[in-house]
Amino acid sequence: MTRRAFVEQIMGLPVSVHVRGPQAGFDEAATAVADLFAELRMIDAVFSTYRPDSRISALNRGEPVRDDLVDTVIDLCEQARERTDGYFDAHLPAPAGGTWFDPSGLVKGWAVERAAARLAGYESYVSAGGDMVLRGSWRVGIEDPARPDRMLTVLEVADCAVATSGPAHRGAHIIDPHVGAPASGLRSVTVLGPSLTWADVYATAAVARGPAAMRWLAGLAGYEALLVRDNGDLLATPGWPTRG
Amino acid sequence: MRRITLWLVTTVAVVVLLFSYRTSTMGASAPAAATAAGANAPGIVSGSTSDAAGAPPDDPTDTAPADPSSGTPSAAPTGAPTDAPTAAPRPTATTAAPKAASNLVVNGTVAQTRWGPVQVQVHISGNKITDVKTLQIPNGNNRDYEINSYAVPQLHDEVLQAQSANIDVVSGATVTSDGYIESLQAALDSAHFKG
Repeated sequence: MTRRAFVEQIMGLPVSVHVRGPQAGFDEAATAVADLFAELRMIDAVFSTYRPDSRISALNRGEPVRDDLVDTVIDLCEQARERTDGYFDAHLPAPAGGTWFDPSGLVKGWAVERAAARLAGYESYVSAGGDMVLRGSWRVGIEDPARPDRMLTVLEVADCAVATSGPAHRGAHIIDPHVGAPASGLRSVTVLGPSLTWADVYATAAVARGPAAMRWLAGLAGYEALLVRDNGDLLATPGWPTRG
Repeated sequence: MRRITLWLVTTVAVVVLLFSYRTSTMGASAPAAATAAGANAPGIVSGSTSDAAGAPPDDPTDTAPADPSSGTPSAAPTGAPTDAPTAAPRPTATTAAPKAASNLVVNGTVAQTRWGPVQVQVHISGNKITDVKTLQIPNGNNRDYEINSYAVPQLHDEVLQAQSANIDVVSGATVTSDGYIESLQAALDSAHFKG
């Protein structure tokens, strides 16, 4: 069966796109993937906190910003704060006091979900640094946070999103907003569900919340989660697919 | 009477010729299979079958058909004894097959990656993958070196851990661009890369 892979570095992440099946060989597939990458670069230009010319940087300088994408993200970040009991918060404490708005934790999943819509109708996946949108059935290896070259488990899942958060690759980069210190207790959280935006937000919030997040995750309709505790123990929500 | 003995001798010579012809082709096919396995042909290669393949090197039979072709009956006695030992190794080669079922060594097909051909050999013991060896990895330029030193050994570990080489994609805590080259995802991408 024809299968093509495309990789570009966008938002500081490797973005891997695989297209499979008879349509994968067509020029239309390559064009759709090129458009997908272009959309991600456009979103990065709007939201990058590293670029002084981005809308987000302008917003944080107190300049007036009129942009539908920015409005959408501000709205989603507010929803995310409410849905996670404040464990996901895009308003971070600024070094000089006060807060600044950094929606990066939500923008990545949202941007990939939005851009991946261009591959509707294709058996495909789009994975940005390990967070992905799947169309059709794929075998997903869940990385062992203690040994990133090994898998904890392999899932065969279709038409869904998978996001994993944890300090494994970037040091302790998730802050518990309630105590203002790096979160502890979980090595990684993988969330599986219909939307990458929310799977990613829930995974990030669960790491910030620690092992107590288990009960909260189990109550989220349509989403399942796998947690790895600091001692290596695995916890999963009741609906987590156990057969790969 | 002399005609009868002549007729007997010629029939014996013909029979010997026939026998020696059959054994010479069998003798030739066995070493051919052994050399094919040595060249990493895809398929099952068992440690026990490689021993059996080494047993029947019946090259002397190849000389047998050359002598009877001259028509002299003297070739008949020399051809007949060499016939017996060549038939013997045949059953041992077939009995090696069921023995291999509990302890299999399988060569994979050669996968053409962006950096060159990759072939692995999988060792299976009691339905468990016990080892994965790389038979062929690309080498030459610096790019190949990077792929060989990171991606291939990690694929090796992953196969052992997950008991499956059929992973399409990896979910993990955010892989940065710097860490990508070391990731299994890079190996998966390289296997299908067309961009």
